[in-house]
Amino acid sequence: MQALDKKLFRDFKRLWVQGVAIAMVLACGVALLLTSFGMYQALDDTRSAYYERNRFADVWIDARRAPESLLPEIRAIDGIYAVDPTVSGFAILDIEGRVESAVGHVLSWPEDNDPLLNVPLLRSGDYPDPTSSSEVMVNEPFAEANGFEIGSVFHANLNGQRRALRIVGTALSPEYIYTIGPGGMMPDNEGFGIIWMPERAASAAFDMQGAFNGLAIKITQDAREEAVIDALDDVLEAYGGLGAHGRDQQTSDSFVSSEIDQLRGMAMVVPPIFFAIAAFLVSMVMGRIVALERSEIGLLKAIGYSDFEICLHYLLLAAFIALVGIGIGWGGGTWLAYDMAMEYVVFFDFPYLLFRVPGWVYAISGLAALLTTMLGAARAAIMAARLAPAIAMQPPAPPRFKRSFIDVLMARARLSQPTIMILRSFFRWPVRSAMTCLGLGFAVSAVIAASFVHDALDNIVDVAFYQSNRQDAMLLFTDDVPETTIAEVRRLPGVLQAEPQQYLPAILRNGPLEKSLAIEARRPGTDLSRVIGADGSVSTAEPGGILLAERLASQLDLGIGDLVEVEFLSGRRETHEMVVTGLVEQYFGLGAYIDLGYLNEIFRQSPRMSVVNVTLDDNELDALHARLKDLPRLSGLIMMTDTRRSFQDTIRENVTVMNTVYIVIAVLITVGVAYNGARIQLSERARELASLRILGFSRGEVSYVLVGETMFLALVAQPVGWLLGAGIAQVMVNAFSSDLYAMPLILNPDIFARASLVVLAAALASALIVRRRLDNLNLVSVMKTRE
Amino acid sequence: MVAEKIFRTENITKVYDTGEVKVYALAGVSLELFAGELAVLLGPSGSGKSTLLNILGGLDHATEGRVWFRDLELTDLGDRGLTKFRRDHVGFVFQFYNLVPSLTARENVQLVTDVAPNPMPAAEALDLVGLGHRLDHFPSEMSGGEQQRVAIARAIAKRPEVLLCDEPTGALDSKTGVQVLEVLKTINDQFGTTTAVITHNAAIQQMAHRVIQFQDGKISEVHVNETRLAPHNIVW
Repeated sequence: MQALDKKLFRDFKRLWVQGVAIAMVLACGVALLLTSFGMYQALDDTRSAYYERNRFADVWIDARRAPESLLPEIRAIDGIYAVDPTVSGFAILDIEGRVESAVGHVLSWPEDNDPLLNVPLLRSGDYPDPTSSSEVMVNEPFAEANGFEIGSVFHANLNGQRRALRIVGTALSPEYIYTIGPGGMMPDNEGFGIIWMPERAASAAFDMQGAFNGLAIKITQDAREEAVIDALDDVLEAYGGLGAHGRDQQTSDSFVSSEIDQLRGMAMVVPPIFFAIAAFLVSMVMGRIVALERSEIGLLKAIGYSDFEICLHYLLLAAFIALVGIGIGWGGGTWLAYDMAMEYVVFFDFPYLLFRVPGWVYAISGLAALLTTMLGAARAAIMAARLAPAIAMQPPAPPRFKRSFIDVLMARARLSQPTIMILRSFFRWPVRSAMTCLGLGFAVSAVIAASFVHDALDNIVDVAFYQSNRQDAMLLFTDDVPETTIAEVRRLPGVLQAEPQQYLPAILRNGPLEKSLAIEARRPGTDLSRVIGADGSVSTAEPGGILLAERLASQLDLGIGDLVEVEFLSGRRETHEMVVTGLVEQYFGLGAYIDLGYLNEIFRQSPRMSVVNVTLDDNELDALHARLKDLPRLSGLIMMTDTRRSFQDTIRENVTVMNTVYIVIAVLITVGVAYNGARIQLSERARELASLRILGFSRGEVSYVLVGETMFLALVAQPVGWLLGAGIAQVMVNAFSSDLYAMPLILNPDIFARASLVVLAAALASALIVRRRLDNLNLVSVMKTRE
Repeated sequence: MVAEKIFRTENITKVYDTGEVKVYALAGVSLELFAGELAVLLGPSGSGKSTLLNILGGLDHATEGRVWFRDLELTDLGDRGLTKFRRDHVGFVFQFYNLVPSLTARENVQLVTDVAPNPMPAAEALDLVGLGHRLDHFPSEMSGGEQQRVAIARAIAKRPEVLLCDEPTGALDSKTGVQVLEVLKTINDQFGTTTAVITHNAAIQQMAHRVIQFQDGKISEVHVNETRLAPHNIVW
C-alpha cells in the first residue's frame, strides 16, 4: 500500500463520526429509493401475476335482471374474448357472538365448471358443492376476522328469507384485493364478507333463475375497451344495465393502482433531497479538510505528486463516505422494502408476494449516491489540486472581514463580543450559512409534511363523519321502497330519529364529457345527512336543479347556471336536463345532489327511498340488531360508529408509523448538518476559542460561541423549514387528489411548533456533543500550533 | 522597602509522560517575581521557560511543587478558579497574536473589557499602544506589528497585575519588534505592571530589571541589570 493510501485510510478513521453522520443522510436517500422502487416493483409484479393467473376481468357491467338467452349475443360482440355471468346481491348476516349485523356480498359459484374469470384462489377447505343450498365459500380475511373455521355456520337474510350457511372453504379473489363494503371507506373484514354460493341457490335466493345480474368480461388484446363498453351498454340497456366500466372504476383495482402510483411518485421526489443534503455536507467537510491540510498538500506537491493524484486522494476520501452510506442504505432499504411490502400484503388481500428489488435499482441508487458525493467533494478536491506548493506551505491569510451596514446595526444593538462573533461568521460565509439553514430547513419540512397529514385527515373525518353524516347507522334497502316505510323503521326498537334518502346510479353528461356516479336525493332541511362544504357551511340542493361537488363540476366543465344531461340508470331510466344551481367544495367523492321532492316530481311517482338514516338509543342496540337481521328487503346496514372508529384507527396507525419514520429522518438530517457544522466551526475556531479561555472566559461563555452559532443557524432555518414544509404539503395535497378524495391543506400552528422543537432539540444535542470536545481543548498546544 | 512578591514557586516540576519516555519540561524551579519588575526569561527552545509561564498564568498545572500568586495558591486550583484568576489578574501576549478575525481591533479589546472588573476603555488601551487611529480595522487589515499591539492592548485593558509575554516579537522584524517592546516598557513604567517576557533573543535582556536564564528545565543563572537600555537602543 502506498503512503498516500495509508493516509487515506487513517484520515477516514479519524473522521469516522463525521463520515457516518453524512453517510446516514445518504443512506436515507438510498434506502428510500430502494424502498419505494422495491415496494412499487413488488406490488406491481404481485398484482400482475395474481391478475394473470386468476384471470382478472377487463370490463364489468351490472344489470337489474338479464336473461341467459342474451349471452350468445354478448359473446358475439366484437372484441370480447370471454364472458362470465354472475348472480350477486347483498345480504344482512347474523353471526353468532356478534351483536351488530354484518353485510355479505353474495356471488354465484357456477354449476358446471369453475368460474372463467376472477377465479378465486382456494386458501382452505374446498369449493362449495354445486347442488347444495347451504354450502358456501367465504373470503379468507372475513373468516379470520370472525374466527370462522371450515364447518362454521352463520345465518343470512337472503331477500327476506333467513338461511343457515355452512362454510366449506375460504378463498382470496383478484376482485377483492381491497375489500370495501357498500358505503364503507376502509376495509372492515369483520363486518363485510364475500360469499360464494352455488349458482342454483344464489339464483333462487335473488329470484334470478335463468338470468344474471352481473357480467365479467375479458377482451381480446386488440380490442378497444370503449367500443366493448358501448356495445355492452346498448345490449343491456333494456335489462336495467347500470353502465359498463373497465378496471379504472373497479373499486379494488383503482385503490391498488393509486397506491402503486404514489409509490412511484415518492421514489422520484424524496431521495434527491437527501442526496443534495449529503452532497452539501460532503462539500462542507471536505472544504475544511483541505483547508486544514494545506501545508501537507504543499508538501506532497513539493515532493512531486501530481495535481491529479492529489485531487483523486480527496475524492476517494469522499467516496469512502459514499460507500458506507450506500452499504447502510442497501441493507436498510432491502429490509425496509420487504417489510413494507409485507405490510401491503396484509393491508391488501394478496395471496402471496413476489418480492424483487431489481438489480438496476441497486445500481441506480448506488451510482446516484456516489455521484452526488463526488459532486459535493469536487470543489474542495479541485481547490487542493490548484494550490501552488509555495503558497500552500505558508499559513493562509486571516479571513477577511469588512464593515457593512450590519455592523452599524450590531453596534446600535450593543451586542456582546461573542454574539458579534456569531453574527459576523454567519454573514461572512453567506453561502455556507444559507446551505446549512436550507439543510436544517429540510429537516423541519420533513416533520411538517408528515404531521400535516394527521390534521388534514382529522379535518376530513370531522367534516365527513361528524358534520355531514351525523346518523348512527344507515339502513340500505334492496329496492326502492315507498317513503311511507319510514314509519315502520321509526317503530323499530331504539330508533330515535329516521330520515329518508335516495341513491340513484346515473351518468352525467356535458357534451363529450361524462361521469357515472350515484346521485343523492334528500328532503330539504334534513338533519342527519347533510351536504357540507369545506368551509363547514351547509348546502342544499334547490328543487328544479342539481348541486355538484366542485371537483365533479370542473371535470365536466360545468358552472352555475349550466345545463347538465342526467341519464338515470335505475327507476324509469329516463334522461333529464337539469340546471346546475350550486357548487360545493368537498373532500370525498364526486357528489351530485338533488331534492327528493323534485326527483319524485320528474319521475312522476309517489315518494320513494332506498336508504334510511337513523339515530339510535345505545341501550337498545341488541334488540334492534335482533330485529334487523330478520327484516326483509334490507340489504345492508352501515354502523357509522364502527366505520368512524375503523377509519380513525387505520389513520392513526398509519400516521403514527409515518410520523415516526419522518421524525427519525428529520433527526438524521439535523444531526448530519448540525454536528458537521459544529465540528467544522470548532476546528476553524479552536484558536479563537482557546484565546477566549486564556483571556478568562469560562467554559460556559466559550461554549456560547460554538453552541450559539449552531442554534442561531437552526433558528434562522425555522422559517425556511416552515415555508418548505408548507410547499411540500401543498405538493402532497395535489398528488393525493384523485376521483376518490381530495385532501385539505390544513397547517395548524402546533405542526410548525412541533417540527421546530424536534429540529432545535436535535441541533442542540449535536452542538452539545461537539461542545464536550471544547472541555478537552488543550489551551497551551492550541496556542502553539501555527495556523 | 522590600518589593512585594507577586509570584512564588517552590521547586516545581513538569513531566510529560508519553508512556514510554518521561520528558522533564521543568526539573525543579523555585522563583520569585516582584511587583513592578520587568523580567526577561531567556533560554534555548525546550528549556522550560514557556512551561513555567503557562503554569504561572494558570493555563497548566505543575506535576509537583507549589505555586502562589500573592497569597493565592494556584497549585491545586480547579478550572473554575483558574479561569477567575486569569480573568481578574493576568494579561497574556503570544507570539502569534491570536486575535479573533471576525472582530475589529476595538472589539477584540472589548472581549476583555466586557468581563473584567475594572477595565480601561478599549479605545484608551488602543491609544496606549499607538493604535488610536485603527480602532475599527479588522485583523486582516493590519500589519503583524499592529496586530501584536492590539493583542497587547487586549492584555492590558483589564489593568492586570501581571503581563505574561511569550515571544512577543518572535514573528516580527526588528523595527516592529522594537515598537512592541516600547509599548511593553511604557506599560511597565506607567502602571507598574509586573511583566515577564520570554524570548530566545538575547538582545532583549538589556531592557529588563532582571534576567533569568533557563537551561534543561532549570534556572541556570539570574542576574540584575545595573543599567537598562531603552528598546529603541536595542539592536538585533
